[in-house]
Amino acid sequence: MTLKSILTGAVMALGLGTTAAVAQDDKTKVGFIYVGPIGDGGWTYEHDQGRLAVEEHFGDRVETVYQESVPEGADATRAITQMALNGADLIFTTSFGFMEPTINVAKKFPNVKFEHATGFKTAPNVSTYSARFYEGRAIQGHIAGKMTESNIVGYIASYPIPEVIRGINSAFIHARKANPDVQFKIIWAYTWFDPAKEADAATALIEQGADVILQHTDSTAPQAAAEKAGNVISFGQASDMAEYKPSPRVSSIIDNWKPYYIARTQAVIDGTWESQQTWDGIGPGMVGIGEITDAVPADVKEEALALKASIAAGEYHPFTGPLKKQDGSDWLAEGETADDGTLLGMNFYVEGLDAEIPQ
Amino acid sequence: MRLHLEKRPQPSRRWTDLSPLLAVVITMLAGGALFALLGKNPVEAISTIFWEPLFGEFAFYYRPQLLIKGAPLILIAIGLSLGFRAGVWNIGAEGQYIVGALSGAGVALAFYPLDAWVVFPLMIMAGALGGWAWGMIPALLKLRFGTNEILVSLMLVYVAEQLLAAMALGPMKNPDGMGFPGSRNLQEYPAAHNADLIAASGLHWGVVAATVAVILAYILLGRHVLGYQIRLSGEAPRAARFAGVNPGRLILFCLGASGALAGLAGMFEISGPAGQVSIDFNVGYGFTAIIVAFLGRLHPVGIALAGLLMALTYIGGEIAQGNLGLPAAAIQMFQGMLLFFLLAVDVLTNYRLRLAPRPETA
Repeated sequence: MTLKSILTGAVMALGLGTTAAVAQDDKTKVGFIYVGPIGDGGWTYEHDQGRLAVEEHFGDRVETVYQESVPEGADATRAITQMALNGADLIFTTSFGFMEPTINVAKKFPNVKFEHATGFKTAPNVSTYSARFYEGRAIQGHIAGKMTESNIVGYIASYPIPEVIRGINSAFIHARKANPDVQFKIIWAYTWFDPAKEADAATALIEQGADVILQHTDSTAPQAAAEKAGNVISFGQASDMAEYKPSPRVSSIIDNWKPYYIARTQAVIDGTWESQQTWDGIGPGMVGIGEITDAVPADVKEEALALKASIAAGEYHPFTGPLKKQDGSDWLAEGETADDGTLLGMNFYVEGLDAEIPQ
Repeated sequence: MRLHLEKRPQPSRRWTDLSPLLAVVITMLAGGALFALLGKNPVEAISTIFWEPLFGEFAFYYRPQLLIKGAPLILIAIGLSLGFRAGVWNIGAEGQYIVGALSGAGVALAFYPLDAWVVFPLMIMAGALGGWAWGMIPALLKLRFGTNEILVSLMLVYVAEQLLAAMALGPMKNPDGMGFPGSRNLQEYPAAHNADLIAASGLHWGVVAATVAVILAYILLGRHVLGYQIRLSGEAPRAARFAGVNPGRLILFCLGASGALAGLAGMFEISGPAGQVSIDFNVGYGFTAIIVAFLGRLHPVGIALAGLLMALTYIGGEIAQGNLGLPAAAIQMFQGMLLFFLLAVDVLTNYRLRLAPRPETA
């Protein structure tokens, strides 16, 4: 045994000892690590709504703490450790970039439960959870295909990761079904939240003829740009973005973490918490579809709601064959649906998309 | 009677030393007022920020974190201070930090999974070279075309950020990462891991490098002819020219040295605390280091102290966020105040306050 490992052991024992002492408190302490400010109106805002729902549901039985605008990397490790040291029993880390820090900290605090959003690494005390946003994208794609007059749909993408590529494919497949002439123009913003960049991207897409804007970034700036341009419709992302109703915002994908956060907190209180991987969609209510406004013709709205109902009931999977990949090779045969493994690692476009995934 | 500022014949030594301390005190007062307005107990908030990381319940964890957070700030600020003293304004340390990190990580990933002692020294060299090369761009453009190094170095930060994103998504992406962005975790590659020299002490090679940089800068500025030239160019550019200082060489040296040090800081960070090339790897050390350099009076020892103080406000600020529910923006404002008040108090270094009778107006 080297000096190094002895010292590590000593420091860890000290750390765990104090944690255990603090955890004696009968209130369950739930911590949240946010990547953005709670007022971002999108991603972090909805996670914070989930936190507030936990507080409301359990009242005095829980205490919640949060840290906002936590940079990914070494700072995240410290922020998570700090929460664990201060006696948190359950910690939600709500950004993909917190994956490695979460796993690292979890090793040192085996008695604390961790929940990492949108990642793929688990441990005995680390679960992952994410939402099947692509189900909502299918509905957006349908409305977009029906509504566009220029046949050009603009898409503001964040980073070329499977999550985002899945959304583009799902939206495109359903836009094409609704309108065989539709084309997608995609701009990569390389950010999750940057109002200035998002506004620039929206404006550029509109100038290229797009009259529908889809966004996979979290600010309302594209909504404002669409409103300014006039005759352009858009969809709320992560949060309802209701202030842009009834137009340009004609519908939205709403992340609804409340039921999940309440259920997992309950599991910790009951002592039934187990490591698992959750990927829920419209059916269980993790993905919400915001009100489809009257700017959408009644028949299109009806079709969209029918699509939503069939996805929620599990009757229809947005990735159902026949589907080909962009290069023309076969992907899914008639009636075949995509498996989760392929979807989770999706790194290709489907046939018909006239764009390239940046490398 | 009215208050008026009278220029001192010479900058006051006493105020030069006193103003950082006074700025800290005023920041505490103004920050306390800000926290009180937010409905928090100001005494508790201030003591959480300054006391908790050093002597609080979990100080055993936070003290090492001070070194982890302070080392890159000090390393970068030492480099910047050389240029700032000579009137060469490198604002782009953030970009040099990124490119240094990418160069170091690139070497590590190229050798993966070779387990040889030589990997880490090569990474150090690559990190320094990468930062140096990125610093040479504004230097050479300035020499050749007379461009403004402030603008060019700053713009290159954005170029470096795009390069970082491209690397994290493309060539350096972890082949086992299921298509997600980000490189392999260097913490899991022993030959490349910049681990704590003593476990859980926070003392990694970057801390050693920062300490060495402080000592070398102290010797350079105090005892070496190059240091004399740097100081002279900043204080009296005309005199420096008469004394035979070659301004071109000085620009190359200052931007090169600060670039190399920033590159080193990036390399130690990516191979240690951060662990992987990711899109959001850089968190603003290169910009914060500018504050550290000035807070430390551009003096090596001052910079070391200022770097640790800045680290303290970061870590204490995070604790205040977690324990007291202070918003992140309030902590950032608190840090901003520090520089603001320092600049304000600095007036007293060059001027003295006088009560003068109202002048007769015609």
